[in-house]
Amino acid sequence: MIRLENIEKVYRTERIETVALSNLSLEVAEGDFVSVMGPSGCGKSTLLNIIGLLDTPTAGAVHLNGSAVTRYRDRELAAVRNREIGFVFQTFHLVNDLTVLDNVQIPLLYRRMANRERSRQALAAIERVGLSARANHFPSQLSGGQQQRVAIARAIVGRPRIVLADEPTGNLDSQMGDDIMALLKDLNQRERTTVVMVTHDQQKAEQTHRIVRLFDGRQVH
Amino acid sequence: MAARCTDVLRHYVLLSFKVFSRRKFFTAISIFGISFTLMVLMVATAMLDHAFGPGKPELKGERILVLGNARVSGPHLIINGRPGYALLDRYARNLPGAERISFATGDPDTSVPVFVNDRKIEPVLKKTDADFWQVFDFEFVEGRPFNQAEFEGGRRVAVINRSTRGQLFGDGPALGRQVELAGARFDVIGVVEDVSLFRVEPFSDIWVPYTTEASTAYRTQLLGNWTAIALARDQAGKEQLHDEFNSRMTRAELPEGANLIVAPFETRFEWLARSGPFSDSNDPESQAWRFALLLVIVAALFTVIPIVNLVNLNVSRILERSSEIGVRKSFGAPALTLVGQFVVENVLLTLIGGLLGLALSSVTLRAINASTLIPYSQFTVNLRVFGYALLLSLLFGFISGVYPAWLMSRLHPVDALKGAMK
Repeated sequence: MIRLENIEKVYRTERIETVALSNLSLEVAEGDFVSVMGPSGCGKSTLLNIIGLLDTPTAGAVHLNGSAVTRYRDRELAAVRNREIGFVFQTFHLVNDLTVLDNVQIPLLYRRMANRERSRQALAAIERVGLSARANHFPSQLSGGQQQRVAIARAIVGRPRIVLADEPTGNLDSQMGDDIMALLKDLNQRERTTVVMVTHDQQKAEQTHRIVRLFDGRQVH
Repeated sequence: MAARCTDVLRHYVLLSFKVFSRRKFFTAISIFGISFTLMVLMVATAMLDHAFGPGKPELKGERILVLGNARVSGPHLIINGRPGYALLDRYARNLPGAERISFATGDPDTSVPVFVNDRKIEPVLKKTDADFWQVFDFEFVEGRPFNQAEFEGGRRVAVINRSTRGQLFGDGPALGRQVELAGARFDVIGVVEDVSLFRVEPFSDIWVPYTTEASTAYRTQLLGNWTAIALARDQAGKEQLHDEFNSRMTRAELPEGANLIVAPFETRFEWLARSGPFSDSNDPESQAWRFALLLVIVAALFTVIPIVNLVNLNVSRILERSSEIGVRKSFGAPALTLVGQFVVENVLLTLIGGLLGLALSSVTLRAINASTLIPYSQFTVNLRVFGYALLLSLLFGFISGVYPAWLMSRLHPVDALKGAMK
């Protein structure tokens, strides 16, 4: 499903060159639940951004469902992200001007779909994360855990085959973190959604199918 | 496809209103800046429309040409002014292409003292001929204009405007009554609606035949205070009479010391260009394009500062919303779609500002009309001005929205999510 070949990511400024990822190859099968661990600055988020087509590698190739997406142009990448990938961010990244319902609808806005159908699917996703009563609330009116649930609803509303979660429990207390983890596991088990999750939490990582460990931009075993 | 576009547009509009209502301070600042700028532009547009657009008594305005400037120059001589009666009489009669040609005194500040119950008023007096009333379409409240026989016979008859009637005779009718002008009594034979000062050629308070002038000295002057107003048969006639008069001017008798006279028949806009910023031109061809360019530059200079401010405001607003841009990009929004969203948002904001500006300009124009700043001004926001205003608003919104939207479209999703701009 996801195949990374000899990925290298280098950030260059006028003075310094920082190697974020070096010679990294990785395969993630459909229905897999992978956690990525490692110390701060080891390249975990960079790896997730490259898998999610939010960033491009300096060298190497990214294959998604057999296609080399590294060659795609902006519009094609946007279409793949919209169709195939859902994101969950550590800091939620909800749009404060929009209600829960409007936030969850965002991925569907860029698809051919009637307004009513879009609302129906968004409400179903909100129900799935247990926030039906809050559909018309604004993010500022919700707790951190509730905001992350909204973010998950937004990530899954378009039924993507891959969900990428960047420290989804990092800003939550343990109870809320467990709830979020349960949602991701449920998604993976019931719908065979492939989940790649960056985490610092060993306990959470152990609940996934396998752990990829990074150190200084390289994969370690 | 069309349904999807409508759907997306509807979402943009809804989202825009949500953003406006949630960011009240920013919205208020933006709308204030936009509406004030557009108000000034709309007031200027209404004034230009009032001066140059069709309207009573210039219903045949597109066929009217005016000879109101004469520039005489020689090695040691330059005189800029109006033509004299002799110049018009010798060269501006029987021009091919003209349906009618009228001569009239020119300066709108030629007032004459009139005493009413020991009170002095100073109405503007225009001396003209019978053709004047055929060139323009005055709205008569009472009576009629003077005719050819009265003009040729030097009959002391006068047409006055409604305001002057009020000042001279109160609310009652004016027909059959007399007004004393420079020691001579004139019978009032007609009353017309007030004409704005901006309609320079027909404007006056009182109109009398110039044949009633006691002295005939004006008949020999090549330069003076006269205007010829020609009503062309059609567009081709305009060109014909313009060219023929210029040709006659090349053979014209010149004052002593002069070797060139430039006095073309032109539209009022061209006349204004020649009487104002381009009065030193020795070119008899139209200076309108130079004047129009000057007006466009002035308008652009006036507009550029608020547009730059709005662009800055929009860039700050977009940076503030970079996280939203990052999210939208992450979930599949193509750059062009996002550009569309922000342009729609900005155009909507400027349209709201434009509507407010329209209301403000309407109030301002009423205040100018109510004051005596410009005599008998009737500035209004008509459909034409509203059209210009709408166009200005859209242009304003589009220009000030495109650059920030383009900057935003170049924002990398990862950077946008971090809240930084490359």
